Amino acid sequence: MKDIVAELEERRRVARLGGGEKRIDAQHARGKLTARERIELLLDANSFEEIDMFVEHDCHEFGMENQKIPGDGVVTGWGTVNGRPIYLYAKDFTVFGGSLSRAHAAKITKVQDMALRNGTPIIGILDAGGARIQEGVDALGGYAEVFQRNTLASGVIPQITMIMGPCAGGDVYSPAITDFIFMVRNTSYMFVTGPDVVKTVTNEEVTAEQLGGAKVHTTKSSVADGAYKNDVEALAQLRRLIDFLPLNNRKGVPEITSHDPYDRQEPSLDTLIPDNPNMPYDMKELVFKLIDDGDFFEIQADFAKNIITGFARIEGRSVGIVANQPMTLAGVLDSDASRKAARFVRFCDCFDIPIITLVDVPGFLPGTSQEYGGLIKHGAKLLFAYAEATVPKITLITRKAYGGAYDVMASKHLRGDMNYAWPTAEIAVMGAKGAVEIIFRQAVGNDEEIAKRTREYEDRFLNPFVAAERGYIDEVIQPHNTRFRIARALRLLRGKKLENPWKKHDNIPL
Amino acid sequence: MIKKILIANRGEIACRVIKSARAMGIATVAVYSDADAGALHVRMADEAVHIGPAPANQSYLIIDNILRAIKETGADAVHPGYGFLSENRGFAEALDKAGVIFIGPPAGAIEAMGDKITSKKLAAEAGVSTVPGHMGLIADADEAVKIATQIGYPVMIKASAGGGGKGMRIAWNDQEAREGFQSSKNEAASSFGDDRIFIEKFVTQPRHIEIQVLGDKHGNVIYLGERECSIQRRNQKVIEEAPSPFLDEKTRKKMGEQAVALAKAVDYCSAGTVEFIVDGDRNFYFLEMNTRLQVEHPVTEMITGIDLVEQMIRVAAGEKLSITQKDVKLTGWAMESRIYAEDPYRGFLPSTGRLVRYRPPVEESRDGIIVRNDTGVYEGGEISIFYDPMIAKLITYGKDRDIAIAAMSDALDAFRIDGIRHNIDFLGAIMAHDRFKSGALTTAFIAEEYPEGFEGASLSEAQNLARAAVAYAMHGREDGRLRQISQAIPNYHSVATKTRAVSVDETVYEVEPHDDGCVIAGKAYSVAIDWTPGALFCRAQVNGATYIFCIDKLPEGYALTGQGRRSEVAVRSPRAQELMAYMPAQDDGASEKELLCPMPGMVIAINVEPGQSVKAGEALAVVEAMKMENILRAEREVTVKSVLCAVGDKLAVDEVMIEFE
Repeated sequence: MKDIVAELEERRRVARLGGGEKRIDAQHARGKLTARERIELLLDANSFEEIDMFVEHDCHEFGMENQKIPGDGVVTGWGTVNGRPIYLYAKDFTVFGGSLSRAHAAKITKVQDMALRNGTPIIGILDAGGARIQEGVDALGGYAEVFQRNTLASGVIPQITMIMGPCAGGDVYSPAITDFIFMVRNTSYMFVTGPDVVKTVTNEEVTAEQLGGAKVHTTKSSVADGAYKNDVEALAQLRRLIDFLPLNNRKGVPEITSHDPYDRQEPSLDTLIPDNPNMPYDMKELVFKLIDDGDFFEIQADFAKNIITGFARIEGRSVGIVANQPMTLAGVLDSDASRKAARFVRFCDCFDIPIITLVDVPGFLPGTSQEYGGLIKHGAKLLFAYAEATVPKITLITRKAYGGAYDVMASKHLRGDMNYAWPTAEIAVMGAKGAVEIIFRQAVGNDEEIAKRTREYEDRFLNPFVAAERGYIDEVIQPHNTRFRIARALRLLRGKKLENPWKKHDNIPL
Repeated sequence: MIKKILIANRGEIACRVIKSARAMGIATVAVYSDADAGALHVRMADEAVHIGPAPANQSYLIIDNILRAIKETGADAVHPGYGFLSENRGFAEALDKAGVIFIGPPAGAIEAMGDKITSKKLAAEAGVSTVPGHMGLIADADEAVKIATQIGYPVMIKASAGGGGKGMRIAWNDQEAREGFQSSKNEAASSFGDDRIFIEKFVTQPRHIEIQVLGDKHGNVIYLGERECSIQRRNQKVIEEAPSPFLDEKTRKKMGEQAVALAKAVDYCSAGTVEFIVDGDRNFYFLEMNTRLQVEHPVTEMITGIDLVEQMIRVAAGEKLSITQKDVKLTGWAMESRIYAEDPYRGFLPSTGRLVRYRPPVEESRDGIIVRNDTGVYEGGEISIFYDPMIAKLITYGKDRDIAIAAMSDALDAFRIDGIRHNIDFLGAIMAHDRFKSGALTTAFIAEEYPEGFEGASLSEAQNLARAAVAYAMHGREDGRLRQISQAIPNYHSVATKTRAVSVDETVYEVEPHDDGCVIAGKAYSVAIDWTPGALFCRAQVNGATYIFCIDKLPEGYALTGQGRRSEVAVRSPRAQELMAYMPAQDDGASEKELLCPMPGMVIAINVEPGQSVKAGEALAVVEAMKMENILRAEREVTVKSVLCAVGDKLAVDEVMIEFE
């Protein structure tokens, strides 16, 4: 018995070393942490229980039978973040470059299955060199097994991917199915095919950073939801995100003690909307003054900045915030903004996170580049997402809510639960000038007449009252009371029950 | 008595006048431009009249508009505040003609003191000490030496047409006077095409000290002690105090009496200020007389207990001064800091915009210490580009200078402004500066002490340790709350160590829990904080010493701002800190060499040209998109290599607009 225990200890020691000291040093020299170090920083101290530590591959090709390292390039298991359980798998770059074998895939799918069964989030930490080529089709099959489970778990448990090294091929498709992807600046890349293949096939010379660095994916492609300056910061922020998320789609949002009074007044919000309707203002000021502690976890902060998405808390309970941002492109809805917000709204709806929508939108962005890019269908995604969502939906119109964009932004007609407006709200088909030039087409050219009609239109429609008279707005509220009103509404909506007709699944316009 | 006062001004001084008027039971009328429709002085006044567009020369400076407002509201007196029309003879006369009381001196006094040469002449005639010098032209070097000897070295040799330091020499002896005369003359000829030269006494270790005078219409004039305003930046006063740490009773009396003599010489009958320059030997020389209420008048009010605005109103109404010189007692010490909308970390670049947070310290009088904040803004208000960048005047009072400084230091720490850049850190750093505390001031203080600009006060090891201890306590609160989050697995008890690695501006301390605080490097710290997660301030007691910090959340900790410095504090587990050793040095986008158009839009202004170096935060260009103007600013210090777009160009997103070196 004693010998066996000694052997266990020895085997553990060997397994923990992964690819060995030299490779660990090389990993550090690249500015990256090892799989086990990352797990240590992500989880509560001593909470990690490793699974399948001794698994080895069974490949007999190309001399692989002589190269076996326990764990086979991925560390899997479960642990806690502030006491709440998560499953995780972390690719070990020091072992076969983190490449995926049949056995390696089996380890991942095992924790995927456990996470789904136990209703627990799963985190993938990727730092991987793709398929283990020696294994051929076994590796491809292994990837597909992972993808299949990612897909089945989608909407049941939160799935988050950390890209913490070069990831290509199969190692970018699993992340793409998960709910959120975060990257580390300068040390992580993701692409379907790397710069070498790009050069061979298209003769295009491009660096890994230009092709799939954190900047590209957070600003241009929107593949990633955020990027951090290094591994340590990224893992600290991941802990922070997990604290906002439910464990699964039945459990509801987590709750922490709130010291922030629910009826905190913010008189400065009374002057947030500039007198000049063409002046921008920072919608984030409203977000920060509305939520608990000014603590906002923004999703896709650097992409489609004309819309803001992110998690916050009110009275200690998580909410999702969607807000037009007048600071960028006047807060207009374009294809990118619509896609970004649609995906966020659907995440919240999956996991019972109430959605607060702050509206100041002049409409959809006109132009050929938008129309050619399929604005109709991208815009429809957001419309669809709001329309199907059954979670509590609270909407506040701060200023403009024009045209189709009014409908889209969680309007009453899309089953908004509480639809508020500030006195500065303007709910109309379009801005006064445009409207008058259509209604009084024959007066175009007669500046005096147009100006007079514009004033008439403004007086009649550029206020919240026409909509309030019809019940499209439940209540016109004072800006300084916004937090109080929304917090109260959320209390009320905790009991909300709403179900959509039975369906196999819907057919969102992808 | 006056029934209704119109204040022909804006901002804090308008609010200040309204306060005194209200206390006297007098109605008030504010005037405002387009930019000030929602301003505090408009909210405070009983009535408000719009007087024109935002630029001052189309509103606050238009006498006719003010007269119209007077007529509309039936005001029977006007307080001009400072600046704008306060020293405008035409305005005083126009009011006189309209039968409205001008709360200020007679037009003649304004006129006489408004001209540098006349005022100096009048001062000399009234027996006021003026800078010795020779105003006439000097023929040759011999004459220059003769005059210099008469004045007494050191002397300043100046070109009549001079400016910007050109054609200016300081001479400490005959030889230097001879040489200086010649080189000044040459330089003046080549620079200005005018080689006329004059000589005056060069004042060494100059201090700016001014005397407050107060007169009535019955010939009484008294002086209310002095104010020292030596802490200036580019001739703009930054910190003022009363009394001066430099004057003795004898000099004070002499200066006061001369100031009174000058005031009497021009029939002065309101509050006014006689400014002197004082050298290291307490010789003082007349600079000019300001015929209005000074910005820094509160420090005098604090040490004399006299409400200067009230006195101005009373004497304007014809009342006799109820105070005689004998009654004037200077008690205690007062400091004033001017809070400006400017960024000391970026060359004091002005900053405008919305006051997202404006949380001044509580105004109170407690334990002999008074905190007063004169302001014209409020949270959610706007600092506009059209006017003076002063946000507030923070005043503290205590029984001596050290106490007033300490109170100012605390009050600055408890002052929070977000949304625009401000100079609170800079003011805090001066309050903590040993030379300032010693009172060894000159008007060159800022230039000498901050020759390379301002980078935040340097902190002592003890201050850094206190910050580490406070951040550790804050982290403990936040961490403790998160450990209580719902949905934890059954029987979950965190076994995590409470030891933390706390780095304060890159210096790492290992902090361990201990009793009611922590232990750092073997020393115990007892820590009490009033902070809850998200709070804007943290008041802390660390081993009995009190600190107040403004708090901002950072990804791995907090920024603690106070005592003239913002410290970035990271709180990590010991293991995370250990692993930080492997993390690559940061690349914070300093490699970006282009300004890209952030949105499709039209270029409506380009503010830079090739070769120009630009500080971080300066505007590079303005792009209009969706009918909104977006100012594109430099993210760091850059030199412009080329400008690839022109005003009127329509750009697509990410199009290169400007290239940097």
